[in-house]
Amino acid sequence: MARKTIFPMTRIHEPIRIDVEIAGGRVTDAWVSSHLYRGWEQMMLGRDVRDTILFTQRICGICSTAHAVADALALQQATGLAPTVNGQHLINIILAADTIQNHIRHFYLLTLPDFVSGPDTPPWTPRPPKPDLRLPAKTNAAFVEHFPTAIRMSAAAHELLAMFGAKAPHQQTIMVTGVTQHLNADNVKAAAALLRRIRYFVEGVYLPDAQTIAVYYPDYHIIGKSVDNFISFGMFPEPPNGQRVLKAGVRFAGGLTEDLDPAQISEDVRYGWYREGTGGRPDTESTVPDPDKPGAYSWTKAPRYKGLAFESGPLPRAVLSGEYRGKGTGVADRIIARAQETRKLCLLAENWLARLVPGQPTLQPYTLPPRGEGVGLTDVMRGALGHWLKFEGGKVSHHQIITPTAWKFSPRDGSGKRGAVEEALIGTPVADENSLVEVGRVVRSFDPCFTCAVHAVNLANAKPLII
Amino acid sequence: MLSRREFIKICLAATAATTLADLLVPAIRQAYAQSPLPRPPVVWLELGSCTGESVSLDNSLNPNLYQLLTEFLDLRYHWVYNTAHGDAAVRVLLDTVEKEAGKFWLIVEGSVMTAADGRYNHVFSRNGEMVTGLAALKEFAPKARYIVAVGDCAAFGGPGAAHPNPGGGKGVWDVVTDRVVVNIPGCPSHPDWMTGTFSHLLLYGLPELDAYNRPKLFFSRTIHDQCQRRQQFEDGIFAAFPGDDGCLYKVGCKGPVTHSDCPYRQWNGAVNWPVRAGAPCIGCASPHFPDGMMPFYNHLPDVKTRAVAVSVKKIGAAFAALGVGAVATHLAAGIFARRIHKHYLDGTKPSDPTPPENLAQVKQELDDLIRQQNALMSEAKKLEAAAPRRRKKSWLRRVISFWRTEDKTGKDK
Repeated sequence: MARKTIFPMTRIHEPIRIDVEIAGGRVTDAWVSSHLYRGWEQMMLGRDVRDTILFTQRICGICSTAHAVADALALQQATGLAPTVNGQHLINIILAADTIQNHIRHFYLLTLPDFVSGPDTPPWTPRPPKPDLRLPAKTNAAFVEHFPTAIRMSAAAHELLAMFGAKAPHQQTIMVTGVTQHLNADNVKAAAALLRRIRYFVEGVYLPDAQTIAVYYPDYHIIGKSVDNFISFGMFPEPPNGQRVLKAGVRFAGGLTEDLDPAQISEDVRYGWYREGTGGRPDTESTVPDPDKPGAYSWTKAPRYKGLAFESGPLPRAVLSGEYRGKGTGVADRIIARAQETRKLCLLAENWLARLVPGQPTLQPYTLPPRGEGVGLTDVMRGALGHWLKFEGGKVSHHQIITPTAWKFSPRDGSGKRGAVEEALIGTPVADENSLVEVGRVVRSFDPCFTCAVHAVNLANAKPLII
Repeated sequence: MLSRREFIKICLAATAATTLADLLVPAIRQAYAQSPLPRPPVVWLELGSCTGESVSLDNSLNPNLYQLLTEFLDLRYHWVYNTAHGDAAVRVLLDTVEKEAGKFWLIVEGSVMTAADGRYNHVFSRNGEMVTGLAALKEFAPKARYIVAVGDCAAFGGPGAAHPNPGGGKGVWDVVTDRVVVNIPGCPSHPDWMTGTFSHLLLYGLPELDAYNRPKLFFSRTIHDQCQRRQQFEDGIFAAFPGDDGCLYKVGCKGPVTHSDCPYRQWNGAVNWPVRAGAPCIGCASPHFPDGMMPFYNHLPDVKTRAVAVSVKKIGAAFAALGVGAVATHLAAGIFARRIHKHYLDGTKPSDPTPPENLAQVKQELDDLIRQQNALMSEAKKLEAAAPRRRKKSWLRRVISFWRTEDKTGKDK
């Protein structure tokens, strides 16, 4: 039995360390730990509540819109304000564009180097020993030719976002009742044209590429299979009643499904560098960092639903909606589900664009009440995201975030249950203990983003700042 | 090959129609054709960041990321792109630092987490030992040829160092004090600012820097000075809510105190930028972002920071030290509101302002400044007069208002 460490795990966002125990050519145990702490929610306290939408999104540069949308939802719930019809469609388009960007980039820049031999120059060299590349030379060359186009198309998705979100990353137009960007025939038409180009790329290149990988790596329908508990908070509310286009839901490993009950969500800090006894329900929990805590190994907390670890993201969304008819729930399935979802989002966004009415308001002026509390639950590119927000006197008094990456990459909880990725790594075959490409493939298929995951702090007993 | 003067002209002239890089690529290609410059080895170190700059660099158009990686830079280590992982990646990193000492560029993204001796942020493991971001930066910086801090976090601390700064976030130049650190602020940095600065480093060495070590190519004028809505400011047409037509000053635009060329460079293929989209500038390229710029939707003189009241004498000192351009406008506004952010005093490193080229320019700048200042101050006065006169609060009132504070300017919003 050998214990191996991978740090840093590359081609993910921010520092993550993977420890695996290997026996008989298979992973027998795994630990996932994250190594950055900025204390974002501590920073949120005492800030003007109107600023939360723009400030929280700076947690993460790859999925910034997600946090803006979640905070807008929390504020909508706290105040009873509803976005205008145009505003809601635009927020959906902005989130969809960011998701498309994320999925294309994740596949071509972060996932593919595990399966394809890239150009002979850093950062694609050096390659790991025994890289297990199975594509024929001709197919491999075709993939490499797709790289520049893919990079251009993911930038185009951000361009689409910027047409209504002002800039990307970190859009600046989303407010509680819509977006500040006005509509005219010009920008709607330009966006539609750009979106069509992106869809052609997704349908003609990305989706076939993802399927090709699955064809050459059929064993990866099994490898990387995780807890098989799937959760989704629902995505894209549609006017007039805010029904989600992608439905919320929970599915347990046996196939039992149920409606989402947010009260069942809690966080555990047994193995996180946070003071003992500070976890619990996200609307009341408090957190105090403790980098010297014995036994702890991650800056991520362990979110659980009914005490169980869950996976969220494109594959769970596809399974919950009943659309995914894949061979399994492993690495290849995550890759294919992500590609299929990208196509679906292109179609949805085209539909929303067609329903925009230039000249109608995209935003309704409003004044926020001095106090309130709300929860913004939404699925985003990587999975289920929740913002729990309270404010007093116009200032934030409680802000708790549970990110998709925290769901998937959580450490063990108090009862010793592993997080979703730790579970997925168990049983992964290992050809070379010094290469561990298989481990990398499993980890990356979850599309981790640790900038988001590692910041969960709320000081329940801290005094609001008086200015 | 272009002369340096021509290069600067290109950078300054890039407008919405063409991105900067469109013009630069042929020049750089030509430079390569004439004398094959070796691609500089680059180590991209990500510390307490959101990866926003890497994603922003992905958005660069010409050269796009692919060309950048295959033609211009020799990006040896960047954990978002490296194919190798774990020990193999660390070996590349350490080899580059050792063998290319004095030649490699160190590009840093994200604030340096300094609390608990840097243990809030580990970046790699060497022989089984965890190395903190702080230690890595201190080890690599003396060996680098150039040190570039991309993004507001790496440059000035930025959001990663926002109050109360539990992770002890700092800008790179607060940690590496004995070397020149080129600061490219912005949240995130515009890809043109990054590729433009890299091109300058490649072709001509260090670009000309201002008092905050920002390349003057991109950060020499305020957003307010170049804004498409400037005329509406002059005409006194103000938006009452974000998204309305008119100058966004009253709904919180920080354009008057933010130096950057967003208005004409614009974002993501020049399709849009915040003020054009009706969203007030939040000053993300400012050394005082975010604390000094919040609340985002309050107009400048009313920006309530976690600041201490500063004596007029100190303001005078800061005024003299900073002196440059419209920063003074903010200070004037700050004086007016009897409020000023502490960062103006201790969060930054004021140094001599750049000497102007000739007397006529000084006069022109001064005239502009005075005119702007007068306009801003009269606007601020008007707003102040419109607000209900403040009564001196008894402690009881303070307690009551603590529970029921309404933003006094809320009605304006």
